[in-house]
Amino acid sequence: MMDAPARSRAISLEVNGEQIEMEVQARRLLVHFIRDDLGLTGTHVGCDTGNCGACTIHLDGEPVKSCMALAVQADGAKIRTVEGLAAEGELTPLQQAFNTHHALQCGYCTPGMLMSATALLERTPHPTEEEVRYALQGNLCRCTGYVNIVEAVIAVGGSA
Amino acid sequence: MTTVTEQPTTTLKRGYVGQSIPRKEDRRLVQGLGTFFDDVRRHGMGYVHFVRSPYAHAKIVSIDVSKALELEGVYGTITGDEVAIHTDPFFEMSVEPGGNIKDYALAVGRVRFMGEPVAAVCAATRELARDAADLVEVDYDPLPVLVDAEESLKDDVVLHDDAGSNVVWSGVFNWGDVDEALAEADHVVKIDRLHFHRFSSTPLECAGALVEYDKGTGEWTLTCNHQMPGVGAIWMAPALRTGIDKLRFVTHDIGGGFGNKICLHPQYVVLCLMARKLGRPVQWTEWRTDQHTANAHGNERTFLDVEVAVKADGTMTGFKVKALDDCGAFPRYEPLGCIIWAQVTPGLYGWRNIQVDFTQVCTNKSPVSPNRGYSRMQHLWLTERIIDIVATELGLDPVDVRKKNYVKAEQMPYETPNGCFYDSGDYAAALDIALDLIDYGSIEQRRKEAASRGKLLGFGIGSTLDSGTNNFGQSTLLNPDLQFSGNNEAASVKLDIFGEVVVTIGTVPQGQGHETTAAQVVADILGCPPEQVNVRRGHDTWFNSHAGFSGTYASQFAFTGLGAVKGAAELVREDMIQLAAAVLQAPAEAIELADGFARIKDGPEEAALPFMALGAIVNANNAFFPPDFNPTLNHRYVCRPNFGMVDTEKKTGQLTLTYATQIHAALVEIDPETGEVEIVDYAAVDDCGVRINPQIVEGQVHGATAHAIGAALSEEFVYDEEGTLLTANFYDYHVPHAMDMPPLKTGAMESPSPVAPLGAKGMGEGGGGGIHCIGAAIQDALQAAGKAIVYTSCNPPHRVWSMLQDPEATRANVEVVSK
Repeated sequence: MMDAPARSRAISLEVNGEQIEMEVQARRLLVHFIRDDLGLTGTHVGCDTGNCGACTIHLDGEPVKSCMALAVQADGAKIRTVEGLAAEGELTPLQQAFNTHHALQCGYCTPGMLMSATALLERTPHPTEEEVRYALQGNLCRCTGYVNIVEAVIAVGGSA
Repeated sequence: MTTVTEQPTTTLKRGYVGQSIPRKEDRRLVQGLGTFFDDVRRHGMGYVHFVRSPYAHAKIVSIDVSKALELEGVYGTITGDEVAIHTDPFFEMSVEPGGNIKDYALAVGRVRFMGEPVAAVCAATRELARDAADLVEVDYDPLPVLVDAEESLKDDVVLHDDAGSNVVWSGVFNWGDVDEALAEADHVVKIDRLHFHRFSSTPLECAGALVEYDKGTGEWTLTCNHQMPGVGAIWMAPALRTGIDKLRFVTHDIGGGFGNKICLHPQYVVLCLMARKLGRPVQWTEWRTDQHTANAHGNERTFLDVEVAVKADGTMTGFKVKALDDCGAFPRYEPLGCIIWAQVTPGLYGWRNIQVDFTQVCTNKSPVSPNRGYSRMQHLWLTERIIDIVATELGLDPVDVRKKNYVKAEQMPYETPNGCFYDSGDYAAALDIALDLIDYGSIEQRRKEAASRGKLLGFGIGSTLDSGTNNFGQSTLLNPDLQFSGNNEAASVKLDIFGEVVVTIGTVPQGQGHETTAAQVVADILGCPPEQVNVRRGHDTWFNSHAGFSGTYASQFAFTGLGAVKGAAELVREDMIQLAAAVLQAPAEAIELADGFARIKDGPEEAALPFMALGAIVNANNAFFPPDFNPTLNHRYVCRPNFGMVDTEKKTGQLTLTYATQIHAALVEIDPETGEVEIVDYAAVDDCGVRINPQIVEGQVHGATAHAIGAALSEEFVYDEEGTLLTANFYDYHVPHAMDMPPLKTGAMESPSPVAPLGAKGMGEGGGGGIHCIGAAIQDALQAAGKAIVYTSCNPPHRVWSMLQDPEATRANVEVVSK
């Protein structure tokens, strides 16, 4: 006779530099684990189909849509969320540029945008406009038309 | 203390106002430290999931929740039967027949659109609530489905038996003498049919609320993202058989609204019932698919039998049209859309003879709600389509014909045929800026160059108005018994004990930067930097800084919102001056407020009181005041614009106060093989009078343009004949992403409003300029390939391809009768 499937599992992972060990439901989405179990509500949910990118985080350094992964899949991983960007409240140059260039309005897509753009700048420090737009095409914004977001990322990269 | 006065007319001296100050809101939002309703938790709260109809039209034979209730962790359910017992139908704004419609918080006995909530389940986790919803057994008996407004008009199938007809509202608007204008015209251009499609702004944050019920006081607290709580409460309180004082709305950060968060009262009433029934906080976060399926679409409108009177020189003297508006299954905010368009009756043009025969019907589709550009955008699209179809048919230049027919700068303020006043603007000058931005002189050369690559290049203009600050009295043109008129907004400003300047606003911002712009206005009035001004985030009924029409909608913050802020700040300023004069023993005229001090002008350095001293004296050290001296440093002010009454006989009146102008111009290239449209150049020029914060204004222009581009080329709620929505999520409903957006060139003019407190006009909605100019550009491009006429507002590749294959089918829509 087969064993009953496990309904929950203990996972261990690093989130924004802090070690976390927790029992999670096997079906818990990573985004709900981050938001509801860890209380890191900066990571947002904007759709239920993986299109909008508001839930983008870094999983072992790669930008990942956390609504498209289960929490148990993050076992052993290093996660960075938007709350992990500004050390001690000191904004990163990208966060500062979002403010200076008015790259956000309602701010709902902003965490995901920042995580995607941060990942881009980490691998391509001086991106072209085309590269910026390509890197952000998985993140929807319904307020800005992307104009100032693209401008802010390019400004940080300094290649404009 | 409350002060209500007529609209103030003085304008501010410029200081912080007019500067692109980076937003105060951003610091928290870029760190993920904003608070959206779904971020808020309460001990023991339950998660609500709605059971929704898979049918567009069906009788509900039975609902069995027993299996759901047996699931461990399920707290309870609510069905339509309970709703019918414990609540009353929502107030309807229409006259008969629409006024007889019964709209409950859940479907009662019958479902009328796919996704309509029939029951609600509450459980310990989101996942459990979904599981339990799956266990609710609903037996449906399907009914014939109406997805077409013209079919609906026949009343072969009737959605609402209480109404007895699918017509919500109908009426004829007749200004000038259109029959005489047509008789005297040299050309009459007839257009059989134009269709403005169904889409919405789809804010990235879905709707929802956390609702708590206090059994001891009978009060509900809704931590939510309703963008117009005052009006939400007007719907909800009577339905819940309670007073408005029992409903406390709290908003924090809101992830976009665009009008789509105005009609949340049905779901919120279910949450209120659930919280009371279960005695625990309950939370509902809408899923994206549910938002697309069953929250709020923009109004779909078909224009039939258009006739346009044109003189030999290209002057257009009038038009007549039958407008058929499809509001979906329930009117809710409707039939207001049946009059809101009349704020921009002639568009930007000088024609004086206009007849609109307007009818609104229900269909088995999602209910509509206001959506960025609400109702005016549809009508402005009609006027722009008329201009470009006439121009194409008669061989007129689209620039010349506009300049000939635009209302002229020297005619401002301009009274429209229906008694509205365009307050200021210079449309031809704004058009010239747009033409410069896209290098209009080079277009023919670029057309040839595109042709050499096998592409069809087209140029189009969209001229629109963003009318702001509604006169709710226009609702009486629909239903004379409605007791609405005017408009208002409130704000409070206080100077606290340690010198803190604290502002609360009645508006319910969703990304418009009100914390920043309100701080700029207050800083100039009180003489301190904006950083010293703490504008409370969001809305809270208990702040008491709201009025009956509070909210952020209809492009009115710059007028009413900032008008209220300015009024309250001026009252505090007066208190500060009186207090400083008393303390410094100087005449009030000698006191100035600057740099965070109240001081004697040109006086000695020590003759200055910091804000902290003023705040401390009034709040904590006031025994020395004479009995008749009572500065409070704490004022509430209501900005109440002056409209006058509307004339319900002639259907005229000042329906709104300010008119911002947008002139958009686009160059597109069409691939004739695929019908793909690429925007190769785009300019948007905006004139909203005084710009409080130009960077914020420009951001709104970008956003409105992106919405219009999406609507023009891809965003469409498509239903099949069974009433199933085929574009129910972001896979099938394509909104522009970063690769889709063309580079935008923006330009600005400032024609200060003579009627607004700060000379600033409401803006932000735009008038759908991108929809108009892209449609016009596609039509222009198609002139070289069969001369198709663009008759719909959404032109994705398959539709453009069809026009290329069969241009005659579109041309059959148009006829020119010349004398």
